[in-house]
Amino acid sequence: MDALTIHRLHFAFTVTFHYLFPQLTMGLALLIVVLKTIALRTGDEHYHTAARFWARIFAINFAVGVVTGIPMEFQFGTNWARFSKAAGGVIGQTLAMEGVFSFFLESSFLGLFLYGEKRLPPFAHWIAAFLVFLGSWLSGFFIIATNAWMQHPVGYGIGQNGEIVLMSFAGLIFNGWTFWQYLHNMTGAVVTASFAMAATGAYYLLADRDLDFGRTFVRVGVVAAGIASCLMLYPTGDGQGRNIAYHQPVTLAAMEGLFETEHGAPIAILGQPDMERQRLDNPLLVPNALSFLTYQRWKATVRGLNSFPRENWPDNVPLLYYSYHIMVGLGTIFIAILALEWLALWRGRLYSSRPLLWILMLSVPFPYIATTAGWTTAELGRQPWVVYGLMRTAQGSSQNVSAGNALFTLIGFMGMYLVLGILFLFLVSREIARGPSGEHA
Amino acid sequence: MLPALWFWIVAAMLAAYVALDGFDLGAGIIHLMIARDDAERRQVLNAIGPVWDGNEVWLLAAGGTLYFAFPVLYSSSFSGFYLPLMIVLWLLILRGIAIEFRNHVESPVWHPLWDLVFAASSGLLAIFFGAALGNVVRGVPLDTSAEFFLPLWTDFRVSRDAGILDWYTILAGFTAFVALAAHGALWVAFKTKDAVQARAEGAAKRAWWLLVLLTVLLTSASFGIQPHLVESFRAYPWVYVFPLLAIAGLAGMARARGRNAFLSSCAYLTGMLASVAAGLFPYVLPSIGDAASSLSIYNASASSYGLTIGLAWFIPGMLLVTGYFVYTYRHFPD
Repeated sequence: MDALTIHRLHFAFTVTFHYLFPQLTMGLALLIVVLKTIALRTGDEHYHTAARFWARIFAINFAVGVVTGIPMEFQFGTNWARFSKAAGGVIGQTLAMEGVFSFFLESSFLGLFLYGEKRLPPFAHWIAAFLVFLGSWLSGFFIIATNAWMQHPVGYGIGQNGEIVLMSFAGLIFNGWTFWQYLHNMTGAVVTASFAMAATGAYYLLADRDLDFGRTFVRVGVVAAGIASCLMLYPTGDGQGRNIAYHQPVTLAAMEGLFETEHGAPIAILGQPDMERQRLDNPLLVPNALSFLTYQRWKATVRGLNSFPRENWPDNVPLLYYSYHIMVGLGTIFIAILALEWLALWRGRLYSSRPLLWILMLSVPFPYIATTAGWTTAELGRQPWVVYGLMRTAQGSSQNVSAGNALFTLIGFMGMYLVLGILFLFLVSREIARGPSGEHA
Repeated sequence: MLPALWFWIVAAMLAAYVALDGFDLGAGIIHLMIARDDAERRQVLNAIGPVWDGNEVWLLAAGGTLYFAFPVLYSSSFSGFYLPLMIVLWLLILRGIAIEFRNHVESPVWHPLWDLVFAASSGLLAIFFGAALGNVVRGVPLDTSAEFFLPLWTDFRVSRDAGILDWYTILAGFTAFVALAAHGALWVAFKTKDAVQARAEGAAKRAWWLLVLLTVLLTSASFGIQPHLVESFRAYPWVYVFPLLAIAGLAGMARARGRNAFLSSCAYLTGMLASVAAGLFPYVLPSIGDAASSLSIYNASASSYGLTIGLAWFIPGMLLVTGYFVYTYRHFPD
């Protein structure tokens, strides 16, 4: 493998593994605030205990998120030095702001939230929970603003040495791309966390233990997941799709597997891109749907891959196509499942419906897969650029770090993260086995 | 003017990192020696438990600030120091989970395992951080496009062919190890009681003698291998306040007790780091042999618009951070 491929795999592997944790952190932070709010308003100890249970899982998850997050900041310099040299003056702003405005907030008040419940008045403890939530969502904002600038660079100029110079701070922070991408991403985090909560509740109900908590977790989880799953589709998914259609039309064509320009372009539900023959094999098409969703006109023209120069195509069209389709497919299935769960909840039958509880319990990995597929779509869709239209990925890696050295550290991270993943699963399953009431200690 | 201001801001953030995370690294270095059983080790961990994570954030915030204010320095040094930085990352990961995961399982096998990981990763991190600073003082073989790549070691001599580890950077690493061990011991002595406190005070006392010796050795070696330090101290005599601060800190560490001894150690660390920063200024990464390729605040900094707008959010941001730290250290559970 050449050095560039290894640098790309290095970042892809570490960021994919890392983001398994912050998505639960951010979603769970919101759900913990919800539980704490109910507890504060009703004075019901049950909800305080429920919040405490999720805080224990939050703490384990947060720790893994923190330790796997540090390598992300470092890798901009270690593996992507030429990119950092050129663009650091711009994206360094948002990355530094993340440190100053969110990491300090999160870390200061997480300690207080986890260890301070006995010493703080209930409202102060609620504030601590809220500030942890705020810190984690701010952190998400600064990362999305950074990524949005790489997807759709704005507010910059080119300096004397070819470096990218920040010209408008407001442009960077209020980049039009950020809005939908941020909302889409954060809603996705809520989907992951609420499925995790509902699945845990379903497990307790199916295992016939901690029944009160089981019902609370299923109820809160299903309601939140239902709202969030719908918001994923519309308006956030729709808005993000339009970002891509307007600013990265070649990416849209690759995601949809559209090789030829069409008036009234269809959406492919199934089919495999065949790059040799430049067509979709055994496609299952919805006629005109892509034109309508993108431009609100059934016969609108959507440009196909062949109308763009080959060197600007995303360099892995099939993988991009599959990740996008997996994301959208799973998102649709979530809405279908949750419609059933909502109906049963409304009729008062959910807690005793074993098939629906089984579905909830087994659903827990799928939001993680959907989120990962979504980010794979965003990052592969940006290729072959590291900063869209400005700097190619091949020009961004560290030239002075050889393939051998990068492979050494990639293997090191793989081993290290395998251990981390096993430890995480071990500790979280212990917490779930122990249960919220602590009766099964 | 702006690049100089950001130079001192980044230096101050790194000093805050060393003074704050330094005490929990130091606690990690000494805890196997001063805490004999599980209850005593828990006492040491409780002395850092609620704040260590916030302390480590200073490293990330300083890194982010360095990234946006001096992008050329960030990209050049991070890729050039590739191998040691990756090792630092692995150590930070191991250390973070050692602290956070230790108390989740009650078992006579689980606790000692993580105690050992905590001690080993803390000690190695102190050595690597010291060696990193040593590398910056010594300089690196920068080429004309501001790139370099250092192997972990070569022949251990200070030259253009030096690796990350040579006799000088090893000396710097060892000094950092002893300095942070003393720093951590003073913090633990300040925050704990009875047997652990007495042993921590003893450890600090023993480390102090070694630290005085190493400080003298390292200082003379530094002036020997980096001529720019000599020039800076000659040209700007006010810079002598920093070494004087370090000496006053050393004296205070030996005489004071409790909080004041710990604060003296903070003064020592800050004085040493500020001496290095003032001595290297305006260079941020000197080149060995070929002074013209050195990175300075002038050829490594971001645009003046970026640096100006940065102040607009950095100053209120830091006021908030100060507020959090005052609040959380006040509510530190005893």
